[in-house]
Amino acid sequence: MCLATPAKITEIKGKGALVDFGGIRKRISLGILDGVKKGDYVLVHTGFAIGKVTAPEAEDTLKTLEELKKVLR
Amino acid sequence: MKKIRLMEVCGTHTMAIAKAGIKKLLPSGIELVSGPGCPVCVTAQGDIDRAIEISRFDNVIMTTFGDMMRVPGTKESLDDMRGKGHDVRLVYSCRDALNIARYNTGKKVVFMGVGFETTSPTVAATVIEAEKKGIRNFFVLSDFKLIFPALEIMAKSEKPAIDGFICPGHVSVITGSMPYEKIAAKYGKPCVIAGFETADILKSIIRLTDLIKRREYSVVTEYKRAVKRSGNRKAQKILNSVFEKSDTTWRGLGMIGKSGLRLKNEYRRFDAGGEFRVKIPRTKRRIACICGDILKGAKSPVECKLFGKACTPRKPVGPCMVSSEGTCAACYKYEK
Repeated sequence: MCLATPAKITEIKGKGALVDFGGIRKRISLGILDGVKKGDYVLVHTGFAIGKVTAPEAEDTLKTLEELKKVLR
Repeated sequence: MKKIRLMEVCGTHTMAIAKAGIKKLLPSGIELVSGPGCPVCVTAQGDIDRAIEISRFDNVIMTTFGDMMRVPGTKESLDDMRGKGHDVRLVYSCRDALNIARYNTGKKVVFMGVGFETTSPTVAATVIEAEKKGIRNFFVLSDFKLIFPALEIMAKSEKPAIDGFICPGHVSVITGSMPYEKIAAKYGKPCVIAGFETADILKSIIRLTDLIKRREYSVVTEYKRAVKRSGNRKAQKILNSVFEKSDTTWRGLGMIGKSGLRLKNEYRRFDAGGEFRVKIPRTKRRIACICGDILKGAKSPVECKLFGKACTPRKPVGPCMVSSEGTCAACYKYEK
């Protein structure tokens, strides 16, 4: 239930934003998160942005994922 | 060598671990057990009964998250109530419930709220929105829980004794990693906050076993791309302005002091529990169902006599089979 999906902010309108979940666009609330701007990645939970996702750390995980693929191959 | 037992606290982790087949990949010296981090599963039967009783009122539209619909109360589930013609609707967000209230002014719209620190701030923000917009027919049935008091009980537990915790990533987005520091130091249990990709979980298991081996009782965040030490301060502030801690009952764990949330005095008029005085039937325990022990990590689904026979995802007996991220549902779908 604590599922949250990363999405990219494409437009900010007042306390809400339009986000892109890799093709699916949805309007969400920015009511409980400060300091986001267009182009940021956020985690979306039940229609609210709950936190920002930072790119360098995300890349670190992607690297591990690549390593894992090599091991399992 | 002594076997290492790790607990994944969060239900979303339970599902991700089962889906990726991680248990089969691990060496025999590492055991993974599931914890009490599935909100639907730990909701007490009496709380479901209360929602069911409220949904009987003619002027009520009862709303809740999808997973909650099929969990059996003492006699029926919310889904059964819908089948009987009562207005019970599932929503994706608490704000959807608020919108239903805006467009149905002649009705009282109740949102049955379950969830941990990830979810409760979104509901707090919605209550503030209702207050600002003057929406008076919107009510919250607060069945929210706080994960840290339950985590502390797990850390103290000797049956099973847990060596380290894989901690919930999205709860930590809100709370930050700080609250785990006390638990790690006080009980000598390392904590690693994990993301939800297979790589995240495997990395966290490696890190956790390493901390245990070195007897380092600290907190490490492996989900660095989303979790900061102090968390989401704005969400914490909103949560604390609307709700206060209260004692509450967990399925399987019983009453835990200050582990629930109730609306503060200034927002009490949104409290569905105050608005609707209902008589709740006496809770009848299902004797054969061992969901209580499963939620504490004391037993695994295959130890239950009902598992896969009388209790399946199509016809679930206990909440661990109903919820899409319950331990029994995960085991049935991926590991059976």
